Amino acid sequence: MSSQPERLPRQPPPGTRGQPLPDDSAHAPPVAAGEPVGVLAPYELSVNGTVRRVVGAWVGESLLTVLRDRLGLVGTKGACEQGECGSCSVLLDGSVVCSCCVLAADAVGAEVTTIEGLTPPDGLSDIQQALVAAGGVQCGFCTPGFVVAIHDLLSTRPDATELEVREALSGNLCRCTGYGRIVEAVRIVQREREAVGG
Amino acid sequence: MGSSTVAVCRPSEIGADVRRPDGVPKTRGAFAFASDLSVEGMLFAKTLRSPHPHARIVSVDVAGALAVPGVRAVVTASDVPGAPTFGLEHRDQPVFASDVVRYQGEPVAAVAADDPATAVAAAAAIDVTYDVLEPVVDPEAALVGPALHPDGNVFRHLAIRHGDPDASGDVVVEGTYEVGMQDQAFMGPESGLAVPADDGGVHLHIATQWLHADRDQIAACLGLPPELVHLTLAGVGGAFGGREDVSLQIHLCLLALRTGRPVKMVYSRDESFLGHVHRHPARMWYRHHATRSGDLVKVEARVLLDGGAYASSSGAVVANAACFAPGPYRVPNAVVDGYAVRTHNPPCGAMRGFGAVQVCFGHEAQMDKLAAALGMDPVELRLRNALRTGDRLVTGQVVTGAAPVAEVIRAAVAHPLPPSLDDGLPMMARPGGAGMTADVADLRRGLGLAVGFKNICFSEGFDDSVAARLRLELGASATPVATVHVATAEVGQGFVTLAEQIAREELGPLDVVLADADTGVGSAGSTSASRQTWMSGGAVKQVCEQARRALVDRAAGIWGCAAAELVWLDGEVVWEATAQRMALAEILAGGPVEERCVHRHRPTTPLDAGGQGDAHLSFMFVAHRAVVDVDPGLGLVRVVQIATGQDVGRALNPLQVVGQIEGGTAQGVGLAVMEEIVLDHGQVRNPSFTDYLIPTALDAPDVAITLIEEPEPGAPYGAKGVGEPPAISSGPAVLAAIRDATGLELPRAPARPDDIALRA
Repeated sequence: MSSQPERLPRQPPPGTRGQPLPDDSAHAPPVAAGEPVGVLAPYELSVNGTVRRVVGAWVGESLLTVLRDRLGLVGTKGACEQGECGSCSVLLDGSVVCSCCVLAADAVGAEVTTIEGLTPPDGLSDIQQALVAAGGVQCGFCTPGFVVAIHDLLSTRPDATELEVREALSGNLCRCTGYGRIVEAVRIVQREREAVGG
Repeated sequence: MGSSTVAVCRPSEIGADVRRPDGVPKTRGAFAFASDLSVEGMLFAKTLRSPHPHARIVSVDVAGALAVPGVRAVVTASDVPGAPTFGLEHRDQPVFASDVVRYQGEPVAAVAADDPATAVAAAAAIDVTYDVLEPVVDPEAALVGPALHPDGNVFRHLAIRHGDPDASGDVVVEGTYEVGMQDQAFMGPESGLAVPADDGGVHLHIATQWLHADRDQIAACLGLPPELVHLTLAGVGGAFGGREDVSLQIHLCLLALRTGRPVKMVYSRDESFLGHVHRHPARMWYRHHATRSGDLVKVEARVLLDGGAYASSSGAVVANAACFAPGPYRVPNAVVDGYAVRTHNPPCGAMRGFGAVQVCFGHEAQMDKLAAALGMDPVELRLRNALRTGDRLVTGQVVTGAAPVAEVIRAAVAHPLPPSLDDGLPMMARPGGAGMTADVADLRRGLGLAVGFKNICFSEGFDDSVAARLRLELGASATPVATVHVATAEVGQGFVTLAEQIAREELGPLDVVLADADTGVGSAGSTSASRQTWMSGGAVKQVCEQARRALVDRAAGIWGCAAAELVWLDGEVVWEATAQRMALAEILAGGPVEERCVHRHRPTTPLDAGGQGDAHLSFMFVAHRAVVDVDPGLGLVRVVQIATGQDVGRALNPLQVVGQIEGGTAQGVGLAVMEEIVLDHGQVRNPSFTDYLIPTALDAPDVAITLIEEPEPGAPYGAKGVGEPPAISSGPAVLAAIRDATGLELPRAPARPDDIALRA
C-alpha cells in the first residue's frame, strides 16, 4: 500500500502540459528528470484496493485516461471529456466524481473505486442484477457510470424518492432508455434492500 | 423434404420478457465497445478537419506533421488509391477534401502516431492554406443558386400528385413550419481498429449499423476487391442513424495499410458532432382542405430538407417526408413536393424516424388548426379521418396490413392524466428544476395530441435481404447448441435477445450462441428503418425452420420411415404411428446440421413521376398525448407525461419494446424542447454535451404505454418494428401541448425559451 498520508483537498488544475506540478501539492509525483518535458516520474494510485504503478504519464492526464489507457481498466467509459455525461463516473474516497475531470496525479493518496471494483468476482451486485432484470440496459455504454452513480446514491440516501433518484442520476446521460427502466431498477434495489434490512 | 408441423407445448419464448444476453457483461463493465479495443503495437490516429464551411484549398503541407517524433504516417486525398469519393446513395463525398471544402469539419488529412497525444499534435502541425469562401447556408438559395458540387444541388425532388389537384374544401387552413437540426448524440463515440492482413487486405473492427455497406465503400476507396476487406462488429454504444454513413472507416484502413500496423481511432465528442450526419432541418408549407363536417379533401405540402454538403441518404429521407407528409389519414387528393438540397451546412442523413419526424410537426399542427377552424374536437377530427386497412395513401398504395390508427389514438387519450397543478409541485418537478426559478402560481398546464406513421424496412424496390447461417451440434456434455451467424448490427436495440428467443421458439430448449457479426456471412442490411426484427428476426426464423425439416428428414432416415409420417413436437421428432420420439440430441449424435438462407420481404416498387407506386412494405402507427407545464414568463417547459398507443403487430419481448418506446420518446421530447445543433454561417456552435442538451433523468417524462397488438401479415410472428414510432409524434404532441398552455403559434421545433417568453 502507498504510504501517502490522507490526500489534500482538491487543488485547482496544476498547470498545462509541460509545466511541473506546484510544489505545494505534497502528493503529486515529481516530473522525471531526463524524460521529455511533461512526463511524470512513475507514481502510484490505489485503485480498487490495489496499488497500481503509473508509468510514462503526462502531467495533465485525466484519471479517466490513466485508468483506461495506462492501467487497462476500460470498464469506465469516456464520452464527453467535460464532466457532462457521467459515463466516466468513479468513486474517489467514496464520493462519485467524473474521472475525466480529475487529474490522475491529483488522485495520488486517494482510494479510487471503479466499476471493476464494484463488481463481484462472480456474478453481479444487486444494482447490476436489477439493471438487467428491469431492462435498464440497451447499448450499455452509460451503464457502468450508472452503476457507480446508483451505488453512491443508495449508499447515502437509501430511501430516496423517485424525484430524488432522478435528480441524483441527472448527471449521467443515457440516450437509449429514456431512463424509465433505470429508475425502475433503483426502485427494485430499494425494495430488496428494505426487505432484507427490515 | 418432409413437411412437419409445429406444436409448441412449452411456454412460448415469443412474447416473454427474456433478459438480454449481453446485459451481464454490460453492467460489469466487461463488454468491449469499439473504443475499448487494443492490440499490441497499435498506432493511434487523428483526423485534421476544415475549420471553414466553404473554402478552396490552396495547399496542404504535411512536412510539419511528419517531423513530429513518433508520427508513422500522414495521408491526404492524394494517398487514396481507389475511388476518391464515397456515399450511401451517391458517391459524392471525398474521403479527404482536395480542392474544395464544403462543410465545417470536412476531413482534409489523417495522421497515425505512436500515441494519441502525438497524433493530435501532428495533425495540428499540418499546414493547410485555405482561400475562404462565402458559404451557402440557406436551402432556398441553394435550390435556385449555382451548383456547390459537380453533381448539382438538388439531391432529389419528389412530386406526389394524387387525385384531383384542383379539388378544394369548404374550410382551408394554411401554415409554415420549421424543424431544427437534431443530433443522434449516441453515447459511445465513433471508434474503430484497423489491422492489416497478410493477404494485402485489412480487417476492421468497427462500431457501425451496416457492415456490408461500409465494406463496399471502403473497398472501392482502397482499390481492393471486397473480399480483402473484412469487417467485424465491435461493441456499439448507440447509433440512432448516426452510424449508417462512413465516418472514420476509410481513414483507418488507409493508415493501417500505409503503416503495416494496427491503427485505432476514437473521436472526441466535439469531433463526433462534426463527424457524423444529423437529422435534416426542414421548412414546410402546408394547406389543408376539408368539408364542413371535417372530412379531409386535399392536402398541399411543400417540404424542403437541408441535406448539407453531401448526399448521404437524403434521397430516401425526402421520399419518406413526401410520402408521409399528410399523416396517417385518408386524403383523397394531394399535391406534395419534397426537396432535399445541398448547402454548406453539415451533411444530414439518417436519424430515428427518417423524414417522418419532420413532417409530423407539420401535419399535426395543421390538424389542430383545422380542428379549431371547424370548431371540432382535435381527437374527433383525427378519428374521423384515421387510416384503416384497405385505405389508399397519397402514393396510391393500398394499406393491406394492420392499420389500427383509431386504436392508437383512443389508447393514448385513455390513459389517466397526471395529478393536477392544484396538488402542488415539488421544485424539482417544475420547469427549470434545480434552477429553482418557477413559481407554481405562474405555471400553465397544456395538453396536446399527435399521430404519426412510418414505413418498415427499405422501400422503393430496394432488394432488402438478410443472410443467415445456422449450425446445430452437440456441445459440451452432449447438449444441443445452435450457433446463429448473421451480420446484424446490435446497436443496443436488443436483436441479440430476439435471436435467442426465435431460435428456442423454433427448435426447443437449447443453448444458442450468436456468432460475431461480420462480413464472413452475407449482408443483414442496416440496423435502421425499424427493420431488424422483421428482417433479421425473419432470417433466423427461416433458417431454423429449414433446420427443423433437415432434422425430421434425418430422423426419417434413422427410423426408415417417410418424413411425412413425422412431426416436430416440443423440440423432438415424433413418429405418431409408433409413438416413438427422438430428441434433438439423439438426432445430432449423427453429426451437425448446417443450414443457410437469405431472407427477403415482399418486393416493393419504385415511385413513378407522379410519386405513385407500392413503394413501402408495411407501416407502423403511433399516437402520443403530451402533458406539459410551462412558465410563460421564463419560457421554461417541463414535459410531465407522455401517454402513447403504439401499433407493434406483436411484442416479441415486451420489456424491450417498452425500452424502445421510453427511449424513443425521450428523443422526441428532446427535439421538441431542447435539442438543436446551432448553426452560424455553417459553423456548428454547440458541439458538446455542455451546449447540445439531451434529456436527463429529470427532463425525461413519465411514459404511459399501451401496445396495440394486431398481427401483421407477412411479418415473423406478426411483429412490426418498434424503434422509430416513439420518436415521430412525441415531439409534435409536446409542441401542441405548449401551444395549448400558452396560446402561441410556435411553428418551430424545438420551442426555445425565447420563442415562448418573448412572445407570451
